[in-house]
Amino acid sequence: MSPLLQVKNVTKKYGGLTANNDISFDVAENEILSVIGPNGAGKSTLFKMIASFTPTTSGEVIYQGERISNLKPHIVARKGVVRTFQETTIFKSMTVRESVVVAQHLRAKASLAGYFWGSKTAKDDVTAFEKYADELLEFLGMSEISNEQASNLPQGSLRALGIAIGLATDPKVLLLDEPFAGMNHDETMNMVNLVRSVRDERGVTVMLVEHDMPAVMNISDRIVVLNFGEKIAEGTPSEIQNNEKVIEAYLGSVDDEIGM
Amino acid sequence: MFGFTTKQLVGVAIFLFMIFIGVPLIIGATGRWDFYFTLTSVALLAIASAGVWLTFYIGRINIGQGAFALIGAYVSAILVVKAGWSFWLSLPAAGLFAALVAILLGLPILRLRGVYFAMITLVLTQVVTLTALALPITNGARGISNIPLPSGISVFGIPILPDFAAMENTKLAFYYTACIIMILTYAALYRLVNSRLGHLCRSMQQNEELASSIGVNISYIRIVIFAISSFFGGLGGAMFGSIAQSVYPSSFQVADSVNFMLNCFLGGLGYVFGPMLGTLVLYFGWDLLFEFGKYQMLIYSTILIIIIRFLPNGLLSLRFGKGGDK
Repeated sequence: MSPLLQVKNVTKKYGGLTANNDISFDVAENEILSVIGPNGAGKSTLFKMIASFTPTTSGEVIYQGERISNLKPHIVARKGVVRTFQETTIFKSMTVRESVVVAQHLRAKASLAGYFWGSKTAKDDVTAFEKYADELLEFLGMSEISNEQASNLPQGSLRALGIAIGLATDPKVLLLDEPFAGMNHDETMNMVNLVRSVRDERGVTVMLVEHDMPAVMNISDRIVVLNFGEKIAEGTPSEIQNNEKVIEAYLGSVDDEIGM
Repeated sequence: MFGFTTKQLVGVAIFLFMIFIGVPLIIGATGRWDFYFTLTSVALLAIASAGVWLTFYIGRINIGQGAFALIGAYVSAILVVKAGWSFWLSLPAAGLFAALVAILLGLPILRLRGVYFAMITLVLTQVVTLTALALPITNGARGISNIPLPSGISVFGIPILPDFAAMENTKLAFYYTACIIMILTYAALYRLVNSRLGHLCRSMQQNEELASSIGVNISYIRIVIFAISSFFGGLGGAMFGSIAQSVYPSSFQVADSVNFMLNCFLGGLGYVFGPMLGTLVLYFGWDLLFEFGKYQMLIYSTILIIIIRFLPNGLLSLRFGKGGDK
């Protein structure tokens, strides 16, 4: 089976600085793939290029046989590749439910004019959006906070809200940016289970950038390791744990994080 | 009815009653006929302010509405005087032309955010003024004067709109016309804000990156909103030119553009009807302070600063509370 998403020789240069150098890997359908690496390894840049938030300097990202790099973010989102952000990027003065409703606008059948005049299709859309928002929030265990203003939420819920907004767009591939950052062990485990159920029950392929090594080892089917913008390893969690280059890259400041 | 609560409907009914029956009665009783002109001006400025409010709604500070009002006034005047169009046709044409200019200008400048966009729009009014001075079709500094009053319109011999020139009381006619257009503008604005486009605007206002990640074509919506905003500006300007029966390069100045923005601040950026109230208060406030002579500006500015300091969500937040329902 051909891979769902391919990163092909992607390079990103900012002036003289090479953030990503000639990175290639494949993502299979229904897989959870983590991209890890020390700070400044180019993980976030790679995510931005996959979601077309920044153009590649060279190389391309292929999704279902189509190039999705160097387009506009909303076009890539419409094709089904959606990224989430770290917790500060939310619709601050909307409630949780409003955020999830607005995020479903890609499913709208009625035109903008139809909404303006209040056509029947538009009204049906709104009903469907609200119904689905409630379903989704229940699935994510967020029903209780659905009428809470986003700016009042604690960190853990913000992360979940980010995922809820991403999921509301009905993505095929969800790119999660540090979903476990700043969480304690229990919160992390909840989030791990949540991400897994997103894949298992909703059939969403998940890619994530993360620093929390135990969580990454627990959740990932495969892992790609970046260091100084280069891909140094790719494989299953156990392969990565025993990879010489990876151990070397992490030695020193963060070696205890990897658990070795 | 139409998804409105009874309270809202009663409020709208009272408002309409005041505008169309209450005000003329009061003016008739007091004999202050000049108030018609003042209130007509408020209504027209409120239309232009509605446009500014809409650009605020996508998170852009627009200090350039005077430019589009001036464009609208000139387009209407030129069409009526030089091309012999009916005013009623020139009115939407003025709005559309302003929208077209907004699209062309918006393509490059709407990429800017925050203070950078504000600075560019601040220049626009001056640019349009200078253009009007330079172009032959606008008659330069002499402007276009002696614009005929709106003519009547009849379809198949049935008069739909009366001929303003044949009327005894054009002030009242202009007042009603301005009020009707203002109500249509705000009704459209209300629908827009409460429909999907409005929700997308809100998502953009709060976070453009996140909005684009959920598939919102932010550059397209920015252009659409800026065009609608400028359409309102052109509409208000065209009406103004028709009432004054003249247009000059100085008809709308940078100060007017700033006032359009202040109207929105004062009324409340979170409320659709904020700019309408803001325009009324600001316009009358200025006039009421006239007696203070040379201190007029000082007192006026001080009061504005105090209001914005203590009511950052605008005057309507007194009534509805912070972040209340629209």
